Amino acid sequence: MINRILLFLARHIDRHLLAAMAALLVVGMITLYSASGESVARVGGQLVNTVAALGLMWIAANIPPHYLQRLALPVYLLGLSLLIGVHFFGEVVNGARRWLHIGVTRIQPSEMMKVAVPLALAWYFDRYEAVLKLRNFAVAALMMLVPVGLIVKQPDLGTALLISAAGFYVIFLAGLSWKIITGLIVAGLASLPLLWPLLHEYQRQRVLTLLDPSQDPLGAGYHTIQATIALGSGGFFGKGWLNGTQAHLDFLPERSTDFIFAVFSEEFGLFGNLVLVTLFLFVIGRGMFISFNASTLFTRLVAGAITLTFFTYVFVNMGMVAGILPVVGVPLPLISYGGTSLVSILFCIGILMSIHTHKRLVKS
Amino acid sequence: MPSRFRIFRRLASHYDRDPIVLGSGRRAELRDHQKELQSFHLRLAVSAGVVLAVFILLLIRFFYLQVVRHDYYHTLAEANRISIVPIIPNRGLILDRNGAVLAHNYAAYTLEITPAKVAQIDPVINELAAIVDIAPKDRKRFRKLLEEGHEFASLPIRTRLNDVEVARFAANKYRFPGVDIRARLFRHYPSGEAASHVIGYIGRLTQADVDNLEKKGLAANYTGSDFMGKVGLEGKYESDLHGTTGFEEVETDANGRAVRTLRSTLPVSGNNLLLSLDARLQEIAERAFGDRRGSLIALEPSTGGVLALVSRPGFDPNLFVDGIDPSNWEVLNNSPDHPLNNRALQGVYPPGSTFKPFMALAALELGKRTPHHSIFDPGYFFLGGAGGHRYRDWKAGGHGTVDLHKSIVISCDTYYYGVAQDLGIDNIHQFIGKFGFGKRTGIDIEGESGGLLPSQEWKSRRFQQKWFTGDTISVGIGQGYNLATPLQLAQATSILANNGTIFRPHIVRHVQDSQTNQLRSIEVQPVGSITLRAENLQLVRDAMVDVTKPGGTAAQAGAGTPYRFAGKTGTAQVIGMKQNEKYDERRVLERHRDHALFIAYAPAEAPTIALAVLVENGGHGGSAAAPIARQVLDYYLLGKEPEVKPDAAEESLESD
Repeated sequence: MINRILLFLARHIDRHLLAAMAALLVVGMITLYSASGESVARVGGQLVNTVAALGLMWIAANIPPHYLQRLALPVYLLGLSLLIGVHFFGEVVNGARRWLHIGVTRIQPSEMMKVAVPLALAWYFDRYEAVLKLRNFAVAALMMLVPVGLIVKQPDLGTALLISAAGFYVIFLAGLSWKIITGLIVAGLASLPLLWPLLHEYQRQRVLTLLDPSQDPLGAGYHTIQATIALGSGGFFGKGWLNGTQAHLDFLPERSTDFIFAVFSEEFGLFGNLVLVTLFLFVIGRGMFISFNASTLFTRLVAGAITLTFFTYVFVNMGMVAGILPVVGVPLPLISYGGTSLVSILFCIGILMSIHTHKRLVKS
Repeated sequence: MPSRFRIFRRLASHYDRDPIVLGSGRRAELRDHQKELQSFHLRLAVSAGVVLAVFILLLIRFFYLQVVRHDYYHTLAEANRISIVPIIPNRGLILDRNGAVLAHNYAAYTLEITPAKVAQIDPVINELAAIVDIAPKDRKRFRKLLEEGHEFASLPIRTRLNDVEVARFAANKYRFPGVDIRARLFRHYPSGEAASHVIGYIGRLTQADVDNLEKKGLAANYTGSDFMGKVGLEGKYESDLHGTTGFEEVETDANGRAVRTLRSTLPVSGNNLLLSLDARLQEIAERAFGDRRGSLIALEPSTGGVLALVSRPGFDPNLFVDGIDPSNWEVLNNSPDHPLNNRALQGVYPPGSTFKPFMALAALELGKRTPHHSIFDPGYFFLGGAGGHRYRDWKAGGHGTVDLHKSIVISCDTYYYGVAQDLGIDNIHQFIGKFGFGKRTGIDIEGESGGLLPSQEWKSRRFQQKWFTGDTISVGIGQGYNLATPLQLAQATSILANNGTIFRPHIVRHVQDSQTNQLRSIEVQPVGSITLRAENLQLVRDAMVDVTKPGGTAAQAGAGTPYRFAGKTGTAQVIGMKQNEKYDERRVLERHRDHALFIAYAPAEAPTIALAVLVENGGHGGSAAAPIARQVLDYYLLGKEPEVKPDAAEESLESD
């Protein structure tokens, strides 16, 4: 009986991914305990988030991919209309219009678009499978750029860039010609001087700070300087769990959320980083394997885009903490404190599992 | 066709020209499938390559920071430069209605150790003890703070250093890295025991406090704060008194010594509390109690402002400021007199005969009695029916013919036994409840008890028993299940003095903003009113004036006042007596003697003060409680300081 329940629960769960998730979540909890100043309440809160997110992952894993495919367009259109709603009726928090009140609660539609955009693009490409014309790529680009434009307006450049990345991955994997890609890169670099004046002051500041953090040691550069000191002083084996002085002497800002990797790295050193990077690489490798073996164009593209987006989060966060990327509000997947990011990441991992475990059933 | 589209077409045809696509449509599609799959796999492989490359880049960066430049960053972390030091705001002052200071702050030097910067703590403390005095209790407190996990904070090992000690340590400072002298603010209550129950006290933040603050999202503002208000006004108005913590970014050297300030955000001092309390009046009232236990509350009827709030015995709140030491705590906590209890709002007592004016109003308003209706009092009231019972009047032999006016002046029990029976418990509950009996007044300090005004519903809920008529009879004279706090009595008296208009009692009159000096008033609007007929009110109020005149139960206390003075005495039984037993003060234990009560307001025609006095086990209201009220009224209305004279225990008209 119990065996049957377990079997039912595990039917659409990928053991490799689950093991990697478990390992990363445990690392996250251990680091959070230290980063939060040994707050049991904080870790407890994250544990609750984790349980909820794992539940959602299980649900996602049990949704057959063709349902997702059918839902892709409606969800995208819903998200888009909510974004338009935010544009006109949104609530301003901290100077940015990101939230929308819907009766009882308020939502941030841009979060939803992180999943909706790649799904919708994959759905679109799947419709034109094998007869893809350049025109289709243009339409796909438009489908991506409209929500991205709205989000840039909010302004929330970080999220807009992440959604662009997710959308771009789908377009890239669908087979956008190399020439155009090269052309886009060249055009992008060339237009940088033109884009520069369009950026908000604080965004420019962040980029400048990256180039020379010592310019503004107490403002925007403070985060970067303190984080690099945390990393650097960690050395090869780290200062040991709960012994990070940068973290505990209050030098590190946002140390439970976006900068938690600095705490980890200070306490576990380069050795810890190697272990963590290996774990993340394993997840990415597994995702690529799933994408490689997926049976339809839709599932291939979705799995590939999810995997590469996951990679982007990891890289952007670690790069930011290590001082090679500007400071943007991107959490480290599965390690940073916070329910929203945990839920959306495990939901996507659930989709990966679903794609992998439903493959055999769908394949004719 | 516009040229734009032509370009697209050209690009598209370039795409189509791929040789593999040539052939029949069906085959082309199949081949496209294969081609697409191949292209997809190629792109996936490219992505994998990019991922690996980027991770290698990251690892190189980690290697650079953590191995190549480790020494550099290690030094930076060790001798760290920029630290953010919270600046604790000045706590708001507490001032009485005339500006007398009841709570203020003073700066004193403390000797502090940052455990994280000290390798071995005990030897350091021992060496410090050779320079400044460190008592075992200081060590104990330090241990306790250390165990609470403040390892990275600066913890006090000694507080309130004198100048000599400061100088001696300064000369030896170089020997003690991680040990500093800091100027910190301490709270002081200059009036000591006086008004201690009103002001309350602050105490060290406990882990429970911190958790609580975190839950409310206020923890950040308490960074660096060691204290917070615990009880009384200090507790209730914590959010006003605390202020906003400032921050200073300082550059420090390897020893953590501040080299220079880089940036600072100044703290915002807490707001001041300006009380309606009159500190001198409070003092006179407290002194009037002598060694007796009890309580007095004086209210300003036109605003609900608290003029005095006494609970005797009191305690010295200064003992709590720096963490009360165990021996003092033992004494305060285990004393049979319970000095920490705020009798004014936590103590519940039967209101006794002070309940009668309200019963009289109920009888008149609900048409159960007319002013001219008289009864003959034989000294007891007989309730008929099965197991009939005699309810005795306090005066054996009775008061003879008694009408409503006389019933108040001489405090006739028999009259009110009858009134109670005629009204019935639910009418009493409903009407007298309007005066605030049985529910909290909502005064602005915590810990208030609601007292008890019984009803049928209450009894069946509490005891699962039905209400008996016999229960109602004793409620009529403020006994039985009846329980009230002294504050409730004062409030009811104030409502009476105010012709039915109700104000919520409040101790704080204004909160003064520390930045703008603007005053924020605490409720001056009435919270309700009771509709009463003027002639009924007049009748009861006139009778209360006659209580303090010759022939009344408080004649002694009322003798020779230049103002008209309305009052009502009361005596509350502590122990029940058998049917035929006689109360003899000399024969009962002191703790079992009756409580003495007195309510009053003055001047009778336009009252500016209403009060209630309770003397625990004091005996008679007229002789024990009323003289205290007189002293308070004389000072408040005439500015007359009480003469120092032997206890006012001389017998007046034996009452109740």
